[in-house]
Amino acid sequence: MFQPRSIQTSMTYRDKIMSMDYVLVISILLLGVVSMFAMFSTDGGKFDYHTKSHILRFGVFFLMFLIISMFQIRFWYQTSTLLYLAFFILLLGVKYFGLTSSGSQRWLNFYFMNLQPSELMKIGLILFLAKYYHRISTQDVNRIKFLFLPVVALVAPVLLVVAQPDLGTSILIALGGVTVSWLAGVRVKFFAYASILFISLTPIAIAFLKPYQKSRILTFLNPDRDPLGAGYQIIQSKIAIGSGGLFGKGFLNGSQSYLDYLPEKHTDFIFTLFSEEFGFVGSLFILLLYSVIIYRIISIGDVTRSSFGKLYCYSFATAFFIYVGVNMGMVLGLLPIVGAPLPIMSYGGSSMMAIMLGLGIVMSCKIYKDTPVN
Amino acid sequence: MINFGSGNTVIKSKLISRRMFILTAAKTIVFCGIFGRLVSLQINEATKYKTLSDKNRFREWKLAPQRGIIRDYFDKEIASNEKVYQLHITPENSPNLETLFFRLKTILNLTDKRIFYLKRKIAKQKPWEPIIVSDNLTWSEFSRINLFLHELPGVEPIVSVARQYPDQSTAHLVGYVSQVSQKDLQNKQYLKDMSVGIAVGKTGLENKLDKDIIGKVGFQRYEVNAFGKRIKQIQVDPGESGKNYRTTLDLDVQKYTSEILEEKAASVCVMDIYNGDIITMASSPSFDPNSFVHGIDKTYWKELISNEKKPLNNKAIAGLYPPGSTIKIIVALSALENDVWNPKRYLNCSGVTELYGEKFHCWKKKGHGPMNMRSAIQRSCDVYFYEVARLLGVDRLSETAKKFGLGKKVLDGFIEERAGVVPSTAWKRKFIGKNWYLGETLHSGIGQGYFQSTPLQLCLMTAQIANGGFEIKPRVLVNNNKNNLRNYIKFKNENPNEPLPIDMLVSNFDLKPLFRNQENINFVKDAMFAATNEAGGTSFRSRYNDQKFMFAGKTGSSQIKRFTELQRELEIKQKDIEYKDRDHALFVAFAPYSDPKYAISVVVEHGGTGSGSAAPIAKKVIKKVLERDQLRENVKNLTGEEI
Repeated sequence: MFQPRSIQTSMTYRDKIMSMDYVLVISILLLGVVSMFAMFSTDGGKFDYHTKSHILRFGVFFLMFLIISMFQIRFWYQTSTLLYLAFFILLLGVKYFGLTSSGSQRWLNFYFMNLQPSELMKIGLILFLAKYYHRISTQDVNRIKFLFLPVVALVAPVLLVVAQPDLGTSILIALGGVTVSWLAGVRVKFFAYASILFISLTPIAIAFLKPYQKSRILTFLNPDRDPLGAGYQIIQSKIAIGSGGLFGKGFLNGSQSYLDYLPEKHTDFIFTLFSEEFGFVGSLFILLLYSVIIYRIISIGDVTRSSFGKLYCYSFATAFFIYVGVNMGMVLGLLPIVGAPLPIMSYGGSSMMAIMLGLGIVMSCKIYKDTPVN
Repeated sequence: MINFGSGNTVIKSKLISRRMFILTAAKTIVFCGIFGRLVSLQINEATKYKTLSDKNRFREWKLAPQRGIIRDYFDKEIASNEKVYQLHITPENSPNLETLFFRLKTILNLTDKRIFYLKRKIAKQKPWEPIIVSDNLTWSEFSRINLFLHELPGVEPIVSVARQYPDQSTAHLVGYVSQVSQKDLQNKQYLKDMSVGIAVGKTGLENKLDKDIIGKVGFQRYEVNAFGKRIKQIQVDPGESGKNYRTTLDLDVQKYTSEILEEKAASVCVMDIYNGDIITMASSPSFDPNSFVHGIDKTYWKELISNEKKPLNNKAIAGLYPPGSTIKIIVALSALENDVWNPKRYLNCSGVTELYGEKFHCWKKKGHGPMNMRSAIQRSCDVYFYEVARLLGVDRLSETAKKFGLGKKVLDGFIEERAGVVPSTAWKRKFIGKNWYLGETLHSGIGQGYFQSTPLQLCLMTAQIANGGFEIKPRVLVNNNKNNLRNYIKFKNENPNEPLPIDMLVSNFDLKPLFRNQENINFVKDAMFAATNEAGGTSFRSRYNDQKFMFAGKTGSSQIKRFTELQRELEIKQKDIEYKDRDHALFVAFAPYSDPKYAISVVVEHGGTGSGSAAPIAKKVIKKVLERDQLRENVKNLTGEEI
């Protein structure tokens, strides 16, 4: 059953590199290249601040991805609790020392970048819960005693992020945690209870929502309610995507984004911009790239022996899927605007960092697929 | 606590894979949903969203067209476009608006109120949208601005065009333009796609011709960003300037007439009796139509509307006056045409006649003595015409009067023109609801009572008698309508020895005669000749002995207030009573008598007697018109007009 430890540890870098999942690596690189073109377009066809910064980040974090994947999976298993705690402390730090921008306090100022710990927490929570469920037996999973810690580990960071306020990220963190628990075998009834509790608490939560958050939800329900205000983003995004047609308006010719009709075009609405310029064909290409990435992560989960690796890969694949799905659903007018970046494509260092961290650990799972974590 | 049991690991592995399978299925469904949405937006509804995107992207700015120019018969401009100097400010380009306005205040005459208004307007609009500080600067203000331009960032001196009326004498006929009102937008459909700020015709020709003279609006299409700022120009259509018009007016005569009328409340119309060309149509006092173009000054407006002489009123077509004795030529004609009177019949005028106990006075208290129809017209004997009218009856009189142009609008499309009244028994029943009294027929016989007519109608009436009794259509604008009457006259003059029967002439030249027997028309013309050129005639004092200018005319005065018996006893003179109670003075004439060409009507409000104040004006105008007749003929020959 056990592989001899010596074989695993004595893997050379050459072996490690040879055993990487190249479909995944190439897909990530392709996505990176596409995102550079998109960023170039948001800068109005100039090699400007956003483009330069995005390329630099992609380069740095792709390198980080490679380095992370070289670490043994056991290392990540062992440090997962530590990482979770570190991210949690950073989140607490945001609460006290965070930078405030457009009404929400999300960032910590480091010398080289403004870090958004909530993005890292997306990965931290998955890692923490994967380790937790790896350690307990299947029989114990549904015992109340063993449910306590996961609930606390999930709710504490989510509350911190909601308070920033950042509804979108908090939902994404929570969904990541829920996914791990679900995969580990937590019974459906507990999710049902949680949902009932959540729904019954919703009216109270709504009372705490900021007016702009309320209006976003109402606007989603009826975008024409306020076409120049809150509904504006959804309407303009749909116009941009729809007007792209089959083949798009052409690179750098997206009038909606070029003429500033499109809001947040660097970040949340990057897909809209790409879709306007490259049309249905371009959108489909992006969707396909994401599908391949998700599929490869799941495949790595399939071949990984350890429960930790499986739980992590599956959960991360699902979380990754959720990020993509929520962002696309949002810009296509299927979901309310909650502020969720599109992995790799969107401008933003923390998001890129978190995704690359997550992907790096996935790759580490692939390289050390046969190694037990303890 | 940590369980390494291999069985447990397998169970766990299977559980995880099973649950993952469900999640994978869910993912597939969601991605299919996104795919479906993309198909729907980018393929099925692409056209709709492309339209919406273009609607976002392009915005059009309208370009106001240049208004067409109105000229007189000799191509002198009577409504033109003049350069105006405007001052615009683009707030975006000015670093400090406060100091800018302070500087402007020292250079221009800007009131604090105006500055306050401008600042409020700037606050409301986008910083790159220019604002008009002044739309009509004087040349000195404009040059001062240009001198200091380097210290006034954000200021743009702009040269634009606006309507200009070089002469006040044509103010009534040409009318004026002013800013579009809510009412204009309702009434004038073509304004719908014009930009706001365009000037629109309000009265006179400007209003009548508005649709064609206003031109076609142009546009500039720009690509704009989400904030409305212009990014680049996509397309320009300069539009078309409005159609130019040439009128039949003679600006020289018009000016001359206005000068003669001075500040009198009066009007003069002169018409070509063959083609209906209106040579002059003056109304006095006049006003400055330019004052309306940029929004009229309040004090000037108050002055205009409080003036009892009503300067804004076009008296020639909107002033209604009882025709007075000028109607006698129609009464006489009607009586002759209907064979109710022998013109040679003598009647003795004792100054008064009676009907059913009511007294009807002649204007001459002592009476005219024995009168026949010719002398009754010559001396304007009321008593004679009471009797003629009594025998004729009001309905036959009404028919003839209408035929000669009274009681209906003469021109097309002048909103201010009024139709007047030609009374008849049916008219009275309809509009007053009472039966006609015979006494009212007598009043009608001397153009009093219900009779109301405009000076232009009286001019047309005279013209149609002067031309031998043929219908003409008066016109202000030169057009290509063929004129048959002129051809007929030409033929008649060229073949004096071949007198064709009238009806043959009529059918050959497609004329519309207004008479039954042309001799009757000639009789009336001769009587009018007598009234001016034979001793004892009412306008004898205003005659010309020179054959070239000799004219024939009929005076009239219409009562505003009935004379009381007491006033009559005291022989009160017109000039001794209050201005607003004085009679209106009228005079109609045609000239030259030997070969008539023009008809004229003069009405002086509260002028007293026709012979005293109207005829002398006509005398001067006739001379001026006839002196310029050859010039007019030259233009006709030059332009090859058939008329």
